[in-house]
Order: sequence, then structure tokens, then C-alpha cells
Amino acid sequence: MGEFKVHRVRFFDYMPSAIRAMVFSTRTERLALARADGALEIFNFSDNYFQEKVLPGHDGRAVEALCWVGPRLFSAGLNGEITEYDLENLRPRYTVEAYGGPIWTISVNSQGTLLAVGCEDGTVKMFEVLKERIQFQRNLDRQKGRIISLSWHPSGTLIAAGMMDMIRIFDAETGRATHRLLVDRGAGASKSKEVVVWSIAFLSDHTIISSDSAGKVQIWDGLNGTLIRTHLITKWDVLALSVSQDESSLVAGTSEGTVVQFQFISSTVDRLDKDWVRTRTFKNHSHDVRALAHTETAVVSGGMDTQLVVRPLLDKVEKNTRESAMRKVSFPHVSLVCCAKKAGLLLFQFPDHLELWRLGESDGYGKLGGSLPVKRGQRETDQLKRKGEDHICCSALSPCGGWLAYSTNAKSLNPVPCVCSPGCRQPVHQLSASDNGKWLATANTDCEVHVYNLDKLKLHCTVPVYGSCPTAMAIHPTTSNLVVVHADQQIFEYSLVKKEYTEWSRRLQKQGLHSMWLERDTPITHVTFNPKNPAHIIVHDMFMFCIIDKSLPLPEAKNVLYNQMALRSLPEPDRVLHSHGFKICKDFQHLLCVSLLEDHSLVVVERPLLDIVSQLPAPVRQKKFAT
Amino acid sequence: MVEHGDIRVVRRGGSKINFRQPVITNDSRLLLCASGHSVKVFSTSTEECVHELRGHTDLVTGVVVKPSNHLQAYSCSLDGTIRLWDFTDGILIKTYDIGYSIYSIHTSAFHKGVVFTVTSTISDKKSESFQLVAVHLPQSGDQLVKAPELSAVISDVSSNPGAIVFGRGGEYIASANGLHLEVFFFKKQKTYRFFLKKDTKTGGKNTFMCVAAHPKDDCIATGHEDGKIRLWRNFNHQKEYTYSTLHWHSNAVSSMCFTPEGTNLLSGGVESVLVQWRYNDVSQRDFLPRLGAAITHIAVSPDGALSCTSHSDNKITIIQGIKVSAVLQGLVTGESVETDLMVDPRSKALVLNGKPGHLQFYSLKRDKLLYNLDIVQQEYIHQLGLQQFKVVKVAFDASGNWMATVEERKQKDAEQELNLKLWAFDEQTQSFVLNTTVADPHESRITAMCFCQAAASQTTMLISASEDGHFKAWQLRRLAPGEDDGPSCLCDFVGAYRGLVPYCCCFSADGSLLAVSFQEVVTVWSPASWELLATLSQPPKAIRNLCFGRLSCSKYLLGTTDDHLLCCWNLLTCSLEWSTSMDISLLLGDPLTENIAAFCCHAGSTDLFVFKPSEPRPVFSLKAVCSGKVTHAVFAPREEMLESCEESSQWLNHSQLYFLTQCMDLMTFTTKAEEEKLMASSKQLLIDDSVAMTPFYLLLGKHRKGESGAAASGESAGRPPLPPLPQGSGAVKELLRTPAHVLPSTSFLCSMFVKSLLVSVGDASEESKPAEEEMKSEKEEEDSEGDMESSASRPERGSLARRSAEPAAPPLTKAQLRELRRVKKLDHSWLTGLLRS
Repeated sequence: MGEFKVHRVRFFDYMPSAIRAMVFSTRTERLALARADGALEIFNFSDNYFQEKVLPGHDGRAVEALCWVGPRLFSAGLNGEITEYDLENLRPRYTVEAYGGPIWTISVNSQGTLLAVGCEDGTVKMFEVLKERIQFQRNLDRQKGRIISLSWHPSGTLIAAGMMDMIRIFDAETGRATHRLLVDRGAGASKSKEVVVWSIAFLSDHTIISSDSAGKVQIWDGLNGTLIRTHLITKWDVLALSVSQDESSLVAGTSEGTVVQFQFISSTVDRLDKDWVRTRTFKNHSHDVRALAHTETAVVSGGMDTQLVVRPLLDKVEKNTRESAMRKVSFPHVSLVCCAKKAGLLLFQFPDHLELWRLGESDGYGKLGGSLPVKRGQRETDQLKRKGEDHICCSALSPCGGWLAYSTNAKSLNPVPCVCSPGCRQPVHQLSASDNGKWLATANTDCEVHVYNLDKLKLHCTVPVYGSCPTAMAIHPTTSNLVVVHADQQIFEYSLVKKEYTEWSRRLQKQGLHSMWLERDTPITHVTFNPKNPAHIIVHDMFMFCIIDKSLPLPEAKNVLYNQMALRSLPEPDRVLHSHGFKICKDFQHLLCVSLLEDHSLVVVERPLLDIVSQLPAPVRQKKFAT
Repeated sequence: MVEHGDIRVVRRGGSKINFRQPVITNDSRLLLCASGHSVKVFSTSTEECVHELRGHTDLVTGVVVKPSNHLQAYSCSLDGTIRLWDFTDGILIKTYDIGYSIYSIHTSAFHKGVVFTVTSTISDKKSESFQLVAVHLPQSGDQLVKAPELSAVISDVSSNPGAIVFGRGGEYIASANGLHLEVFFFKKQKTYRFFLKKDTKTGGKNTFMCVAAHPKDDCIATGHEDGKIRLWRNFNHQKEYTYSTLHWHSNAVSSMCFTPEGTNLLSGGVESVLVQWRYNDVSQRDFLPRLGAAITHIAVSPDGALSCTSHSDNKITIIQGIKVSAVLQGLVTGESVETDLMVDPRSKALVLNGKPGHLQFYSLKRDKLLYNLDIVQQEYIHQLGLQQFKVVKVAFDASGNWMATVEERKQKDAEQELNLKLWAFDEQTQSFVLNTTVADPHESRITAMCFCQAAASQTTMLISASEDGHFKAWQLRRLAPGEDDGPSCLCDFVGAYRGLVPYCCCFSADGSLLAVSFQEVVTVWSPASWELLATLSQPPKAIRNLCFGRLSCSKYLLGTTDDHLLCCWNLLTCSLEWSTSMDISLLLGDPLTENIAAFCCHAGSTDLFVFKPSEPRPVFSLKAVCSGKVTHAVFAPREEMLESCEESSQWLNHSQLYFLTQCMDLMTFTTKAEEEKLMASSKQLLIDDSVAMTPFYLLLGKHRKGESGAAASGESAGRPPLPPLPQGSGAVKELLRTPAHVLPSTSFLCSMFVKSLLVSVGDASEESKPAEEEMKSEKEEEDSEGDMESSASRPERGSLARRSAEPAAPPLTKAQLRELRRVKKLDHSWLTGLLRS
């Protein structure tokens, strides 16, 4: 693997924002996720849960609820506006004021024609979904107290609204409230406090399921307006509910960080009458679970602790496959760090500012694995505040460290003449220029990779389209080979000169990647090269970095992929026998960036998850045994 | 040597009642539990043992009520038979011979004529594995039936009966073993298996401990090693099964049970807390804490009124609602019996360590705990690694007036603490009262302690020998009521011999000689003058046991040494009479005869020899009495002598030999004649307890308890039983059971009742009762339909038994009995209340 002087950078105080809302579209297999800072993220569940699009946040925008209408995404927030997003240009398309005070919830009927929002002033407002816009249609009967949650009956004729202390059922056609279901308050001291119906679900058999701030999940008969069953699942709030598509399973997220599953099960084998029974409890969060989505095969949850957790339901997936592994998305799938290789500068991107740091220096020599004395510590050279209310979406630093560029959503930075190829409608999410400034490679979410000749300012070639989205790419400074890594962990090397895959890439595809490599669950977010050795490619994901040596044989299925520690204990001659082209180092954890400087020293930017957890607010108090 | 076929080793008295799950009958009145070689039937309200169903020849491993007839029960045993009993009358109905050792039995109403048993698979002997077998019980009128039709249902099951359970109406059976759960559906003939990982990342241990099935829903509850309970549902799908987890227990869940309606789930474990989970709302729990010892089994009565828990200290607690209503306590044999087995000369009860810091007095005859005596008188704290005071030695004098106990506490880095306590029997309270405490009687551990067994005049002598190289003689004196001052216990003499450590001490029967063994030297002292009379030695190994001969053999002193030698010295000549090479672990002299019993450890099992020191041939020998070493045994004097004329069993005539095996099972020897006698006596009808629950019942119940051994009341109060009162005679009992509407006039009854209270002078006076009354009653008898014969024969036998059990009660005359019988057809319990208040 070679020995490097490593700059171990831990001063990037990156702090992700809490997850506020989540909605899953089974049709497109996309999950839309809203964070507390107003940023929206789209995950493609069919492509390894890759974070396909990020819509940067906006200071005045606090998204409280999300809603897919076909491929269109709507959001509503406490600013009282309904926003539709332009998912191609990654910005709000338009906003509509609802004139009902803060909006707590938004819900669309199953036909996709009517959008209902619940407002602070106690009204449920209906909006007609038109082709280009939405239009206010009418108000349902105005109630006292805010509307916290809404759910349409699948037939579209009834709508249930969760309020303070009660649930109302409205006839969607007449707008009249037909039922009023009173929700019990909590016991003891909380008896005087109003109970908030945080979430509600209206099932096709007219069962209503509600979750409230008294820690209950209640099952109601929506036809008669009677309570069927109460499940007390926590002492705190039950904030989110999600029902599976076939209405046989239900998950509820609590303030304790647990997700409780209920299943619709017949009590005996041969009888048909079924009952909602509490079954499993998942504890993957330390803080409130604010948002939940029940996909076909998994429970997706997110909350205050900023992580997105995909917990597969083992009865729905094949065991011991990639689908049966639990995934946690902690970091964005784009690089937030930019490294100036020549100048030894680091650029950190925050939503509202940029930080420029100069790396420390050391002239000592230490033993392997030891730490070196620092001659000159790292120091912050510059902090750049953005202008306006829009959050920074991308930034870059020139290799010499002389230039810095950033972009927000409001005004696009367009220094080069537009050479967009026709027919490309999806946004470009990856951009990579060669060091000599001749080539520029772009990748978009349609998985297309285009290479432009910057000298001639025209399209040079298009890399054959692969079925998975590129997560990182780079052009080799000397050989002009384009290395593309995809969300399904495949690696391709494409010769820009010959306009074909290189020999190594073909060999790799023929032999196939090692199964352990394919089972990793975080995407490669950065590709860089060793200037001294053109055969070396350096890639990293969240948990490891890898130096791919193209001159060495590829690992075969029977080889151990993570063999660096084992190799070190072997005598020198044997190492050659056992070594393979993928040299993986897991010494540094929770990586945001790995880059090789000109002076052949490695920069490793770490952000331990423990540091993020320690900056979170205190979780709700829980009684622990023997405390 | 001749094998004596008619003497068998049996468990009689003091067997485990917590071995298998008890069964409560449909009417909640009786509780059946496997106990040693028999099944015991207890009354749930009075805690009395109503019947003992004897017949199995090996350990009984399971009891179930027959699903099609709730008045009959199956029991299975390691002897390979299933027996069908009528448990209300205690009659063996049928015996099915299976041919394989049965480890547990399961039945369900869904399967008529089929029982499910767990047998070991013969194929693999090395690692014993078990299989569930369906046994088709043939319909036949014979008493002994061979059941030929066996079919395996599930292989690889657990031998723990709690790990197999029938589901809803018997449609499926669930079995958990190790890390997998197996559900077999009978209709579809399909098996579903579910596996768990051994440990979870968070340190959970998933091994299955027990299983329970919901009676109405398809829900199986499993208990796990880490205290979790999983409720499995949808288990008719290999993939879409699901379970929810409940967690309260901090340690393994040892038993679980659903209530008959399925509204509650009861669970218990080592925490000795019974937890009641609501099936519909598992976040609500009820607890019944402080049950005394770890819960091993839980059972619920079919009507749901009662539940009972078995505990590791050989106890069954009967719980009504969420309150303890009755406790059935068996003999507590913990991991070790430090005190050795003793017999209290007064109550003839077996005395040994019971609860921590207590001595238990256990009546072997009635198989009942009489009372616990708190010796240490300190609160016991249950904590791992905490050393507490332990009772290590106990001794009684010949008359039972004095008891000496030694308790010790050894802490890691502290000095040993020793207390010698002397207890005097108090006639008034009928119990032992602490008389003297001697703190640190010796500088080191006490190795042996014995009383002078001679019927002495005023004082009693106690010898204690200790590792510090001394033995001390203590003079005990009972204080006259007038004198308050002056010690009642004095150290009379301190003896030593060459600085050697004394290990055994023994008094001769007449108290004129004291033998103390100092390692390999036996010294003989005269207690009167404290003069060293003789030394006997048989080097090189230390003496292990010492025993004087008795009666005609009192000139002999016997001893065993560590190098497997049994020596017999003649004290008149002070020479070795004979010696033989035997590895004797225990030498025991019968206090009533000259017989000496020697337990001899040979090749992993123990042989018994009974001999007289003067005779060269052993009186009796039995090979392979049990496996392992026998270190505790006792001769318990019989209350009535056996009249066995066979030479080999004559030694059992005066007293019975009990011993503890290595697995802490109390065993005894029995002859055929004795067994037949017992069988006959068990046939007699016991007085049933169907007293209505009235305020008078409470009065009566208390009264009966006191009369019949005072076990229950004595246990809590820590007092021994009072002698039975004369008015507790059958007359009163019968009178009280008479119904009101057929009661004769009060004036008539009164005279009879008063008469019954009088101590009878002689039978002649009662005989002179008016003849016409007798005639009348006879007529009535003829008129009465039904079981004439039995009712006619009952009272006589009953009175016989009563006479033996309660010698103080006046025997009833025939006339009285007839009168009572007449009255018995009526039933009136309120009458006593009137009469008493």
C-alpha cells in the first residue's frame, strides 16, 4: 500500500440537520426527505438508496409536510405556503399562500386530484391539482383548534383530521364533519394537558389509526366512530405513523427513538377476522423519530438524530442478501470538502458559510502508525459568509488555492458557455475537470456521463450509459482516463483518447468485483489519483479508503478483501502471493474526504459520528434499570 | 453374599414436589403433583395430602388430567408405564406399558385416546436426545395393557416438559429446544421451524427456556435465557411469521402459563416474582413478589380461579387471584446438608438444615414439614458471594430436652465466627427455646459434637471436639423455677491428646465411656473422673467414624479409617477383635438394636451392610443401593414395630434407615410386607374436606389444623404441634357435617355432643345405650341407597387409623359410631359455631 504522511483532519464541524418529514412514492421508488433547515433530498431506493438530488435549504422555509402527487413533489410548512418543486432544476417551482396560518399537514387523495392541507386556524383547505399549478377549491367545516394531521380514505370521499384532543371525519364532497372521535388524555399530571393527534391513517376498511402525544396508538372504527383498541407504546409522544401499501403492517415512531410495528393478523389460523397486534420494536435512533415511511420491504425512519435508517423487514426480503442488511445514511452522498492539492488548503462547505483552512506542517519522521510532532498547526485562513437567504449548494477550490467558487440556488454560476447536449433534462450532479483543463466530465441523474472538450467547447464523447447513478468520477491527469464509480459500487475506467473502456476496466468487469466490495452500504464519494504512480486510484466511502493498484491482480472470490492487517504479519516474500489490487484501510472512520497532496502526503477528513451525537440536544429521559 | 430381593430402596417421604408442574383439578379443589415414586393429591384449601397414588416403580415424571374425564389422571414414569388413576378415590384404574422410559406426558382434548410422551431416542446413546411420541392407548378392559402403537411426532425435543405445549384446542403442538422453535400442525401434518441466533449484539441470550400457547388465539409465548418473552404469531408461515418481545425478567424465564381464557400470561423465574401480563395490553403488568425462592413451574386451574407456582426450595404456593392462599412445603434439601440427618427424640421428626439459618423438623411418617426453627436469628440476605451464618452441627440428648447447635461464618479475610447454642425444650410452648449461647466455644471449627445418651439425673453432658486440638465437656443443668442466677451451662473439662486434632467423639450407650478419636488414635475416657482409660490405634490413617456397640455388643467399639479399614475393638481386652478392608463412607449404629449399618462406597455406587459386631456374617447386605457416595443417613425409630420374621428384614423391625443420595434425594428401605400394609392403609377413605365456606368453617378449619399436626400454623409461628385435644374426635366432626334440615332436636343433640366431649371411662358404659336407637339407625341404613357397603366398612377402618394416629383421642364405641353415621347423612356445619360461641 505504501507509506504516507497523513494529515488527520478532525476540525470540520459538519453538523447535518434533523429530519423533519419523509414521503415515499412507490411508483417511482423515490423517497423525498425534508430536513429542519429546509433542504430536500431525494433518494432513489431502486438504485442502492443513492441520494440522487439535493435541493438546498432556504432560511425562511421550514418544511412540515411533504407529499408526492405522481412525480410531482409538494411541501407545506409553518410559513403558511404550499410549494411545488422543480425536481429538474432543483428549486421551488412556485409557492401558493393558503391563508390559514401555519400549515401542519398536507395530504393528497389516492386519485391525485385533490390536495388537502390542515391549517393552524382549524380549517382543512382543498386545492385542486392542475397540470401546471394548484388552485384553491374550498374549505371544509372550520373547527376549533389546529389541524395537525390529515388522511384521506382511499376512496377519496372521506377525510380524517387529527386535532387537539380529537379526531374529525369529514365528508370530502359536502365538507361536513360526520364524526367526532374524542382522544383520551394521558394519565396523571398530563391530564390537564391537551393531547395532540400527531399522525393519523385512514385505511380502506374504514379503520382509523391515530397516534398521539399521550403515547398511544389507537385503532378506531371509522364507520361508527368507536374506539376498538388502544396500544400504549411509550410514555412520551408517538410522532409518526406509516402504513404499508397492502395495509397489513403499520409502524409508529416515538420520542424515545423506537419504531414499533403493528401487524394485521388473524388471531387464529383458519379465521378471517384480523386484529392489529403489536409485534416488533426497532430501536435505531437515540432521539425523536419524526418521519417514517413503510416501503414494501423496509421501514425507513428519520428524526432528530439526523440519520436516515432503512430497516428491512426480514419477513419480506430474502435473508442474507444485500436487501436484508440495515442501512444508515449519515452523510450526504456528495463531497462537502474540497482540497487544493498544490497549496495544501481545505475548503469546507456549510449550508450558510464556507471555511478555508491551511493544513499544518511537520518535518519529523515517525514510525508506522505513530503520530508526528506538528511544526505549525492548522489554521483557519478564511471564513466566507454567503449572501441572501438561500443555502450554499456547491463549492470548489482551484488546485493552486487561488480561486474559490460557490453557488447557491438563486443564481446559477455559469462561467462557461453552455454546451448542453440536447435531450438531457435531468440535473447534472457530478462535475469533474482534468488537471490540465482540457476535459470536463459531467454526470446526471439519468446516469449519463458526458465528456466535453474545454478547448474546443464541445461535446467530446458520451460514456456508455450504465444502469446505476455515478457517485464519483475523476479524470486521470496523465493518462486522461475517466474513472467512474457507480452507486452499485461498480468501477469503470474509460479512455477519453480511445473513447472506449480500458483494458483494466474490461478485465474488472469480466472477473467481477469481490462480493465484500459489493456489500458495502455507503457509496464512493471521491476519486483521486496518485501523481507519482499512474496505476494508483484512490477512492473512499464513509468507512474506508482504498488504493486500487491496477498493476496487481484483482481479488478473487476466495481471497480475503480486507487483508492489510493480515499481510503486515506475513514475511516479505509471502506478501506478494497474497496481495491484490484493492488495498483497503479502515484506520480512519466516518470519512468525508481523502485526498493526496502534491508532496505525497494524504489528507484524511474525518467526522466521527460520536461528535455529531454529542452535539445533539439531550434525548427524552428514560428510566433505565437500576438507576 | 445373598441378595435380598424383598427389600427395596424407595423414596418415601421428603421427596421433591417441585420436580414437575403440578396440576390443579377442574373443580380447583385438588392439586396433583409428582413426588418421587408416587403422585400426591393435595387439597388446595387445607394443604392436606389427601391421597398418595402409589404404584410406579421409578421416578414419576409427569401428571396430567385425562381430557375426556376430568376425574381421572394419567401419570408417567421412568419405569416405562403410564398409569390411569381415579384421583378422588386414589384408585389405580389402568396401567399402560410403553416399554421406554418416559420423561414427560402431554394430552389434549383434540386427540382422543392418544397421549404424547417424550422418550429418549435409543439410537444415539452418547448425546442423549429426545423425541415426542404419540401413544395410542388401546381400549381394553384389562388392568395391565401393552400399548403397541407408537408414532414419532417431533424428533429432537427438550426433555423439559415446559418446552412442549399444545396450542389452541390441540390443533398444533409447539416444541422449543435450544435455539429453535418447532410448530407441528396435526391437520395439515406440517412442521414449521423458526431459528434464533444464539446471542444478539446487545448481549441478549436467545436460548429457549419454556413455551406457552394461548388457548384461544394462535399465539405462542416463549421464554428465553436473558429474561425476554417473545409472543409468536403468524407461525403458519415459514417467512411471514412475526413476534413481539416483552422484557421484565432480569434472568432466565423458567416457566410461563396462559390463564384458561387467555386474558393473562403468567411468568416466573429466579427473581421469585410472579409476573402477570395482560395479553391485550402487555404494558400493564401485575407482580406477586417475595415468593421465597426461584419459581420453577407455574400452573393454572382450568377454571382460572387458582394458580400455583413450584419453587426451587421444594414448595408449592397456591395463589388465589394475586394473593397467596396456601403453601405446600416439602423437605428442603439444598446443595449440602451440613448438619447431618438427625431425629428429634421427642417428635420423631427428621431434623436437618432447611431454609438458610433454620433447622427444619420434618415428620417422615406424615410426610409433612412440622416447623422451622430459626437458629441463627439473623436476617438472611440473598446475595452472591456474601457469607452468612450457617448451622453446621446439631445434636439432641436422649430425652429430647436439650438441643445443641453450632453455627459458623467464615469470611474471606476475617476470623472465623463460631457460636454454640443450647436450646431447652419448653413444655408450655412445645418448642425449643434458646437457653444459652456460647460465643467462640473453641478457637477453631468444631468437628464433632455429641450428647451423653444415658438417661442421666439432673445434668446432661455435651462433648464438642474442635480442630484446635481440644475437646470440651459441657455440663448442662436445667434451672429450677426458683433460681434465676447461676449458669445453666458450664465447661466441665477440656481434654487433649498429644496436640492432635480430634475428629470424632462418641459416648457408649450407658454413658460410662467416651471415645474420642485424635487422628489415628482412639482415646477412651471416663466421663465421671475424666481419666484417660485406654488408647487404641490403628495407624497409619486417621479415624473417620466411631461407633459404640449396643446392648449385647456394648463391649465393642467400631471405627473406620481413611485407608478403608473397618476395625472392631474389644473394650474389655483393649485389643482389636477383628478388622476388615472396606471403603466405608458412613458407619451408623441403630439406637434400638445392636445392628450397625455401614455404607460402603465401591466403584461409583454405594453398598449397604448391616451387621452385628459380635457376629462374623452380616445380617443384611445390598449392593448398588444408589450411585455416588452416601454421607448422610439416620435410623429413625418406628412408632410401631414391624413383625417381620424373615431374617434378612428383621433389622428393619425397630427402626427405619433413611439416607440422602448425592442428588439430595431422601431414600429409605422397605420390605414387601411393609409395602402391602401401607397400600392397605392408603385404601382407607380419608375424611374429605368439603366443608362449606362459612364463618364457622374458619373456626373449624383452625381447629382442625391444630389437631392434625399443626403443621401449617406451626410453620409460621415456629412452634411444634400441641398434643391433640380430646374433643377433636370423630364425633364432633361427624356432627358438624350434618345438614340442618334433618337435624334432630337440639336437646337430643346436646346430650350426645356433651357426651362426646367427655373422656370415655370404658366401653361398657357406652354399650348400655338404648337398643331401640340402634335399631332405628340400622333401619335407616337399609333404606339408604348407594354405596352401603363402603359406608358400613368405612368408620371402622377410619377409627382404626385414627386410633393409631391420635393415641390420645378416645376410641369410639360401635354404638357411637352408628349414631354418628346416622347423623352424618345430615350435614350441618353451623351447629358447631353455635355450640362454640
